[in-house]
Amino acid sequence: MQSVRSPLSKTPTKAPTGISGFDEITGGGLPRGRTTLLVGGPGSGKTVLALQFLVYGARDCKEPGIFVAFEETSTRIVANAESFGWKLAELRRKKLFFLDAQPVPDLVQSGDFDLSGMLAALEVKIREIGARRIVFDALDVILALLPDLAAERREIYRLHAWLLARKLTGIITLKSGGDETNSISQQPFGFMQFMVDCAVILNHSVVLGVSQRSLRVQKYRGSSFDENESAFLIGAGGFEVAVAHTLSRVDATVSNERVSSGIARLDTMLGGGYYRGASVLITGFSGTAKTTLSGAFAEAACRRGERTMFVCFDTNSTEVIRNLRSVGIRLDRYVKNGCLRMISARAITGSAETYLVRIKAMAKEHGARCVVIDPVSAWSKSGNDLSTQSVADRLIDWSKGEGTTLVCTSLLDEMSGQGEGGSQLQISALVDTWIHLNYLIQAGERNRGLSIVKSRGTTHSNQVRELILSDAGVTLADTYTAGGEVLMGTLRWEKERAERAVHEAAEVAAKLKRVKLDAEEAELNVRLKSLQTELVAKQVEKALLVRTTQSDKGELSRGRTQMKELRGADAAIPVRKASRP
Amino acid sequence: MSRRAKFKFRLYVAGDAPNSAQAIANLAAFCRAHLPGGYEIEVVDVFRAPKRALAEGIFMTPTLVVLTPPPVRRIVGALSHTQTVLLALGLVPSAV
Repeated sequence: MQSVRSPLSKTPTKAPTGISGFDEITGGGLPRGRTTLLVGGPGSGKTVLALQFLVYGARDCKEPGIFVAFEETSTRIVANAESFGWKLAELRRKKLFFLDAQPVPDLVQSGDFDLSGMLAALEVKIREIGARRIVFDALDVILALLPDLAAERREIYRLHAWLLARKLTGIITLKSGGDETNSISQQPFGFMQFMVDCAVILNHSVVLGVSQRSLRVQKYRGSSFDENESAFLIGAGGFEVAVAHTLSRVDATVSNERVSSGIARLDTMLGGGYYRGASVLITGFSGTAKTTLSGAFAEAACRRGERTMFVCFDTNSTEVIRNLRSVGIRLDRYVKNGCLRMISARAITGSAETYLVRIKAMAKEHGARCVVIDPVSAWSKSGNDLSTQSVADRLIDWSKGEGTTLVCTSLLDEMSGQGEGGSQLQISALVDTWIHLNYLIQAGERNRGLSIVKSRGTTHSNQVRELILSDAGVTLADTYTAGGEVLMGTLRWEKERAERAVHEAAEVAAKLKRVKLDAEEAELNVRLKSLQTELVAKQVEKALLVRTTQSDKGELSRGRTQMKELRGADAAIPVRKASRP
Repeated sequence: MSRRAKFKFRLYVAGDAPNSAQAIANLAAFCRAHLPGGYEIEVVDVFRAPKRALAEGIFMTPTLVVLTPPPVRRIVGALSHTQTVLLALGLVPSAV
């Protein structure tokens, strides 16, 4: 026993159960080489959990196991477990042994007895298959046969000591009366909870007509564990325990990547779209186009080639596809090529926990990067507020951890006031982006308005926009404020038309002015040209004038010289006009 | 009472555990007192022959298996209540 705890020991101190969620709560599984007590009321899943622990050990951990059945016969247990797909028949040959130890109904008892016979028989089997794990299912059945309390204690101690001596990882399951798990300590074998190293309490209760299963680790010697009650369900593959954030998951990697909301103008309002891995909440009364908005997101995701899952609670998935087609959102082709998976969640019944686990499993199976849940408020119908709220918490935790972009819609109750009011699940505080849709009734019209209540990490528009649905698609229109009131619908259209008219008039006027100016310019150009021509004429005239004057001058001087020559005056002027012709 | 058939017993015990030792003593005393017609007792120690215990489904010790006369019956415990044993063996009318 000490060697198990010793840090020098190479064997890990915990035996994994392979139950998703449970190993996370316990930090790795049940205490190896120790005994775990499993307490629960009728139908709380004790046998399933214990058997799953053995199956996982035998199949995946090379730890063969023995199942000692005190209540149900092994054939029935195997038959019941068949639905989980554990292939027990195969395991039974070598790695899993069932010991039928049901007391016969007409058992004659005379005096005191003990369990040494069983332990001796088990010893043989343990050596034969090399068992490391063992389950005593419904030990209380056999303890009840013992004549007195002292004998019961004696046998429990015998069993416990025997388990420890063989370093077997054991589970003992016990029934608890009714739902009050606290009453166990008043029962004769309540002291077992003090004796064992780990105690797990399974609870099965009905809250508002909805079945809720939960388990709680009551004690775990030498290890920290999640002390809260965790919901679980018995699904298609056995136990599935819902866990909130484990320490390793709290800081999920965040992305700066943006993904389109499917509506171009909404992307602009959000400063580029939703963040990848963000959770988006769309609230609104019924008929405010929540589904349409989430459908647009799904279509955009599929167009990018991202695998997407669309879970609809209110309507059938085929109806959603048909309805969305009317606003130009065509999802059928993506369903056909396998990119989009539509799920009608009406088919799932059970608690909110069931929904979550199923959705998680299906999203994993589909490899979804984007998930739409329409509407998430349907959960609040199933079960009490507290549990559904924690389911919503975990939904967001999960999507963050997986990096899945999550779009949830939430129906607001008309009666809960016309204000924006948070959703019933209180997830509005957790989501990254919250888009609110509402009606504005004005001038005898009911129009859809969209506003972004919050969007973490992004600058976003503060304006209310009008959401317009047409067969061409979904668009947002600017709204006009007139006299402090937002105009929508026809009023907006009128305003737009008036503005358009003003704009047109201005345009025409501008055009007219330009034509006028063009004409003036042309006229000036013509004038400029005629003036230039005139100028050239003048210049020519002027040049002509200069030349005429010069030749006149020359003529004059030549004449004078000739005259002098003729007069025989002294040829004082040597300059001869020799060159002159 | 008329002459009875011979009784054949197999008693599974767990080593020298107190209730097992008690069962051996009780059975011997019982046979001497109530079975004048003769009896056979085989004592099997589950610690020495655990495979037999496994094969026969003996999980509680001590267990007395009444082999003959048929049907085979099992009586669990230290056989401290003689009346119960007598009843189980059909040696007294069930009205008692």
